Amino acid sequence: MNDLLLIVIGSVLVNNFVMSQFLGICPFRGVSKKTETALGMGMAVTFVMALASLITYLIQAYLLVPFKLEYMQTIAFILVIAVLVQIVEIALKKISRSLYQALGVYLPLITTNCAVLGVALLNTRQGYNLIESVVNGTSAAIGFTIAIVMFASIRERLAASNMPKWMDGFPGALITAGLMSLAFQGFSGLIH
Amino acid sequence: MKKQSIGHVFMNGLLKENPTFRLLLGMCPTLGISTAASQGIGMGLATTFVLVFSNMVISLLRKVIPERVRIPSFIVIIATFVTIIDLIIKAYLPSMSSSLGIYIPLIVVNCIIFARAEAFAFKNPVLPSIVDGLGMGLGFTCSLTLLSSVREIIGSGKWFGMQVMPAGYHPMSVITSPTGGFLTLGILILVVNAVVKYIEKRKKAKTGEGIA
Repeated sequence: MNDLLLIVIGSVLVNNFVMSQFLGICPFRGVSKKTETALGMGMAVTFVMALASLITYLIQAYLLVPFKLEYMQTIAFILVIAVLVQIVEIALKKISRSLYQALGVYLPLITTNCAVLGVALLNTRQGYNLIESVVNGTSAAIGFTIAIVMFASIRERLAASNMPKWMDGFPGALITAGLMSLAFQGFSGLIH
Repeated sequence: MKKQSIGHVFMNGLLKENPTFRLLLGMCPTLGISTAASQGIGMGLATTFVLVFSNMVISLLRKVIPERVRIPSFIVIIATFVTIIDLIIKAYLPSMSSSLGIYIPLIVVNCIIFARAEAFAFKNPVLPSIVDGLGMGLGFTCSLTLLSSVREIIGSGKWFGMQVMPAGYHPMSVITSPTGGFLTLGILILVVNAVVKYIEKRKKAKTGEGIA
């Protein structure tokens, strides 16, 4: 139980995917103009990352390792993630219309979100078991959501304020993210 | 589409549409591995390899792949070359492989490769596609090397592992930390934007003079 708690704190705060591992930067700047869309993206990513951690673990343990196909890991994982995202999209459309409308537009973007493939690869490299993998995937995604929502709310404020013209746009966003990651570094003493 | 000369296509990726500074694509590896100049070059060249070969194969197959399944086909082609370069680096440069870590397999989801496949290789013949991949890849390599050189020199006083700063220099270790990655890239983009604007202004002034 303690180990699981350590994984959760480690992935959500200390090794936050966006702020200290640089995974998932593309959607981080793409969909972070409004807090609502950021939250939608975060929820969609959480859903897919938890599922992807589960399925990639099963594939690694029961398909790639027994048949000695570990070198196919990258291809297998990215294909699984692409298929998974497609299935989730179709399923959501049938099951819950309102959830689909809320998350639907973000789903295709998730395939190329390096956080999803990244968490699958990290799980196998860390040698996590099934439960640890799913916990790690979910908490990493929650960390991603926290970072993206916070960033979006800062950007909403910035849009309304009077930024110097040469800082506007991407440079300003990057420097904001830099200051945020400085704050996240304060968590690094939490676990060793 | 207007026909472009090969040289033009090459320079396009190197300068005008530089992936890092102008298009802002492929940010994850850019920020993640740019703490040492040698890592920047290694990552850049690995990406160039994948870009050139995936562009070539996609361009060769552009009449075979149906429009509707092009995205999965791209993924398989790109992932194949990423696996090849991953195994090559593991075999011949084990220290590079361990310092770049998961960022090598993550080349698969680097948006530059996808963007070039979709925007260029799928619509153009083989030779321009290869050149486009080469230009884009080298542009990416140059900007990665620049960014990681700046971070390595300021953050640890070294360049390619050699001491370049005077002995009394205290390395600003914050620059090699994640925070420094965001800040340095932000400032570099500011500088590049300013330089591009200055050059455009001068060009305009010159043509203006010419008319007058």
